[in-house]
Amino acid sequence: MRLVFEKRKATSISALILVPLISFAVSLCLTALLLTIFGADPIKTYSAMAIGAFGSLHGFAETLVKAIPLMMTGLGVAIAFQLKFWNIGAEGQLTLGGVAAAGVTLFLEQYLPGPLLLVGALLGGLLAGALWAGIPALLKTSLNVDETLVTLMMNYIAILFSEYLYYGPWRDPKGYGFPGSRMFASNAWLPRIVGRAHIGILIALFVALILWFILKRTRWGFELQIIGASQHAARYQGIAVERNIVLAIALSGALCGLAGAFEVTGISHRLQQGLSIGYGYTAIIVAWMSQLNPLAIPFVALALAALSVGGDQVQMVMGLPAAMGTVMQGLILFPMLAGSLFTEYRLLAVIDKKGSLPG
Amino acid sequence: MCAQCNTCRLFLSIRSMNESNIPKVEMRRISKSFPGVIANDCIDLRLHKGEVLALLGENGAGKSTLMNILCGLYRPDQGEIYIDGQQVEIHSPRDAQKYGIGMVHQSFKLVDSMNVLENIILGLRNEPFVPDMKRVRKQLMELASQYHLGVDPDACIWQLSVGEQQRVEILKLLYRNAEVLILDEPTAVLTPQEAHELNRVINTMKQEGKSAVFITHKMEEVIEFSDHVMVLQKGRVVAETSTSETSPKELARMMVGREILFQIERKPYSPGKAILELSHIEALRDRGLPALKDISFSLKAGEIFGIAGVDGNGQRELAEVVTGLRKSIKGTLKIADKDMTNKSPLEIIREGVAHIPQDRASVGAVGDLSVASNLAMKQYRSRPLAQGIILLPKRIVEFARRLIDKFRIATPSPNTQVKFLSGGNVQKTILAREIGAARSLIVAVYPSRGLDVGATESVRRQLINMRDDGLGILLFSEDLDELMQVSDRIAVIFEGRIMDILDAGKIDIEHIGMLMAGMKTEVD
Amino acid sequence: MDFVTSILTITIRAGTSLTIATIGEILTERTGILNLGVEGIMLMGALTAFATVFYSHSIMLGILAAMAIGGILALLHAFLTTTMRANQVVSGLSITLFGTGFSSFLDKGLGPESNNFRLVGLRAERILPFAPKWANDIPILSAFLNQDMMTYLVYLLIPLAWFFLYKTRPGLWLRSVGEDPYTADAMGIDVTKTRYLYTIIGGMLIALGGAHLSLSYTPGWSENITGGRGWIVIALVIFSMWNPARAVWGSLLFGGINAVQFRLQASGTSIPANFLNMLPYIGTILVLVAITWWEALSKKVGAPAALGSSYMREEK
Repeated sequence: MRLVFEKRKATSISALILVPLISFAVSLCLTALLLTIFGADPIKTYSAMAIGAFGSLHGFAETLVKAIPLMMTGLGVAIAFQLKFWNIGAEGQLTLGGVAAAGVTLFLEQYLPGPLLLVGALLGGLLAGALWAGIPALLKTSLNVDETLVTLMMNYIAILFSEYLYYGPWRDPKGYGFPGSRMFASNAWLPRIVGRAHIGILIALFVALILWFILKRTRWGFELQIIGASQHAARYQGIAVERNIVLAIALSGALCGLAGAFEVTGISHRLQQGLSIGYGYTAIIVAWMSQLNPLAIPFVALALAALSVGGDQVQMVMGLPAAMGTVMQGLILFPMLAGSLFTEYRLLAVIDKKGSLPG
Repeated sequence: MCAQCNTCRLFLSIRSMNESNIPKVEMRRISKSFPGVIANDCIDLRLHKGEVLALLGENGAGKSTLMNILCGLYRPDQGEIYIDGQQVEIHSPRDAQKYGIGMVHQSFKLVDSMNVLENIILGLRNEPFVPDMKRVRKQLMELASQYHLGVDPDACIWQLSVGEQQRVEILKLLYRNAEVLILDEPTAVLTPQEAHELNRVINTMKQEGKSAVFITHKMEEVIEFSDHVMVLQKGRVVAETSTSETSPKELARMMVGREILFQIERKPYSPGKAILELSHIEALRDRGLPALKDISFSLKAGEIFGIAGVDGNGQRELAEVVTGLRKSIKGTLKIADKDMTNKSPLEIIREGVAHIPQDRASVGAVGDLSVASNLAMKQYRSRPLAQGIILLPKRIVEFARRLIDKFRIATPSPNTQVKFLSGGNVQKTILAREIGAARSLIVAVYPSRGLDVGATESVRRQLINMRDDGLGILLFSEDLDELMQVSDRIAVIFEGRIMDILDAGKIDIEHIGMLMAGMKTEVD
Repeated sequence: MDFVTSILTITIRAGTSLTIATIGEILTERTGILNLGVEGIMLMGALTAFATVFYSHSIMLGILAAMAIGGILALLHAFLTTTMRANQVVSGLSITLFGTGFSSFLDKGLGPESNNFRLVGLRAERILPFAPKWANDIPILSAFLNQDMMTYLVYLLIPLAWFFLYKTRPGLWLRSVGEDPYTADAMGIDVTKTRYLYTIIGGMLIALGGAHLSLSYTPGWSENITGGRGWIVIALVIFSMWNPARAVWGSLLFGGINAVQFRLQASGTSIPANFLNMLPYIGTILVLVAITWWEALSKKVGAPAALGSSYMREEK
């Protein structure tokens, strides 16, 4: 007798819903266990986290601040993953987006009066991200170079380049040695709504809707879905596979670049360290957890942002490490990863048949 | 238990009492079925030491299944295996290896990036922790010269020609002391020169007391290589004889022998103008070897033009050239008098050409998408399914429902993902989509492969309906029954060439069988 | 001469942790498993080693503890990717996420009361460099001999790993699993077991690399002790073309640039440093492009063909 995985014969809706729920429950238990070992009360901790993330206007705003870049990069990464193109370069695309936005703001101030400066900055972010993602896309379609590692490497190049700029030529001469560019002109500041949360949230939600619409309701989106499911089938139906991949990946990078533009024009108002705290990598998790559905991404992004902000709060209120939030994120993922198998396969016990029968 | 078996058993037991020679390998009453098909039906096989046996039959006759059972990849539902007179259980390739049985498959089990020596010892448990490669090399070269299997031990597999790779596979078996070698369609990938060399190798093996079984559909091979031949048809042994006592003609008859079936009801044959014209088309396989070597024919509107032949003789490449998925290196292609040589698939689709591909699961249909999406995949670019760049989901579902009804596709809903449908229904989906969009020509490649009787019926009916409506159909099939029931004319393809084109009404089964096996018309 | 020797000394010290971890990841990737959890495992290795040594005063125990943690995290990755067939990229990133968070978390709880329960700022036994006296004045050579125990281990590890991979039977089987799991399976090799085994061993080595940071290089613990080295290791694996013997060049390159950068920063300019730092990453991309292009023609050099794909045998 042995255990065997057998492919399911129909999509199990119950599995699709139960698996994330059970995973979340499992992670809550695991974290509770961890907390108890360290002498903290799990219920108190969880409520402190929830209150921290949502309980006050300030907390909620901070949650939004973290959620916005996660949403944008999550959406970008989701498009790429839809095509089975493993874009691990969201971090670098975001960074260069921020650099481009900063560049436009710092140097084109004279030429772009009023709101045009902000618009130009955002466009710059879009373009930079598109370009930075376009390079690995071209390498993949023309030379079949594996995108996972190339996009990863390009993150470092982007981050180092950005560092070079704000430590070097773009450094604020009046900055008292603090590494960072000078502050942007006020017409390049992305308007804020509440606390530090800016209108990027509206743009992000809008983008989510548009992306969903493109994927589900347009011819191009349909072609992308086919390419993602089977390049052979796409080719056989006359779809231009390579061209579409490059376009879609450029779009993916553009969204990540826009996220970076949001960060510099909306949050920091200058180019400095800490532009991204790993948003690009967390984006991959957001996209995956949302099962690449653009409508689910804002919610998942919000949830992960809440864990992060909640973690910060917990540190101040209960003296627990802020890293709590990160640990929880990790702990949610493991059961989900394990559980993802059950959406496609069932566990069966198989009894071996003997080879030959008498008579 | 098959009714014949008690009779067989009686004969066998009488015979074996008289036989002083215990066979090296004996398979008794082997039966194996898969869902929906009986692959082996009570088959007896005997192989003596120093003997070469040919297993002859069409596709689906059960030859590969039988040999897969012998080398441990499948388990028989019924039957026993005896090696040197002792009954044995073979549950895995390792067991088979223990008993001295090894198989060279059509797709080689070699690691491309490693060299010959490494591939030879891969997986061997009795090699020491640090294998003495000098010893391995010496042993290998000895075997190589003994059996005329010249090969460069340091070459990497990707650097070798297919013929050389085959030699490595054979050497692998010999290195593991195989006494019985099974070869699956060995000359399918060889040049005539290499095939001759293979013959030499097999003869040497015979002299050394080894035995071989090879699976084939080519008459030439049977005559040249084997001592005995066993003909299989639809899972049963229909003939067993020593090669010297038979002739290619007789073998062909045994291989395809059947009653002639009546053609399916249809309108009288009145072909229109030429829809598809191929002129001296040449094309290459993926690996660069020639696949099509001077193909010319003309297919007319209102006709079903069948292509007969065993899979692997150029059918895939021909279908791909006609539908724009493969470039031809010479020759011209015309669709409805328009030159479409080497145009893109999209342009050919726009000429109203439909394609029912060989790869149902990965090319024809997309498993992860819904039935409705799959049905829409050809016509989504324009009305009524789309308005400009926007898709109209309601129209798509309507369109899908109509096709599901018309073609009787069994699916819980239009939104069910195709991967959950049975093979027959996947094929119906593909057919529905393609036939729905076809305006001039339909290229159908093995459309009823793996389908049950009902689905097969409906596929053939659909194709005839289209033909009656005035379209041209290019039908590739391995099933002669199907071709004869459905086609107006039949061409036989062998090793990239059209052997002959025959009128379906005047078909001589034996003649077709011989053409399929590569023998040109013999003067009686 | 003195300048070169001192640069070389720092380079070798800096490259030690990188090299150990790279060899570990090479073994893992050679079976077809991509483990992006290196950064997380290195951090956990560094923390575990330091905390264990602080309390037990035994370096050996610290090293063993680090390796155990690395093995456990890698086991998780192997389980998720091989048995549960989960996405390898996401699984690896999750481990990095978890490892980064958890190490930071533990830092704030495992320390002694006297230090606010934190591990930062503490001092513990270190692995000290030792050099034979006679070598002290020889240029270049003294750089190699003025190192600690782990670096000497690396001198052994590289040829051993190379020999294992290319000259032994288990090494052959390991490579075949990463190149062509279907053929390996057909030839009787247990693909699953192989992937588990070398992912775990890889994890142990990666954690050991982390331990070197907290027990020798830095030493001590701080939250960003790895400084992204885990990602560099992933680049190094490509750069060395999955060959342990070449791992050393990459480590020297990355380590050397690090060392040179120190000097440059000390002299007041950090501008060229960043571009220097980019070179290894650009170099890695170029290597990747070259390999892939080569592969189209040859197949001799290249990523293990089955890297990143999951494998399941069809039931018959």
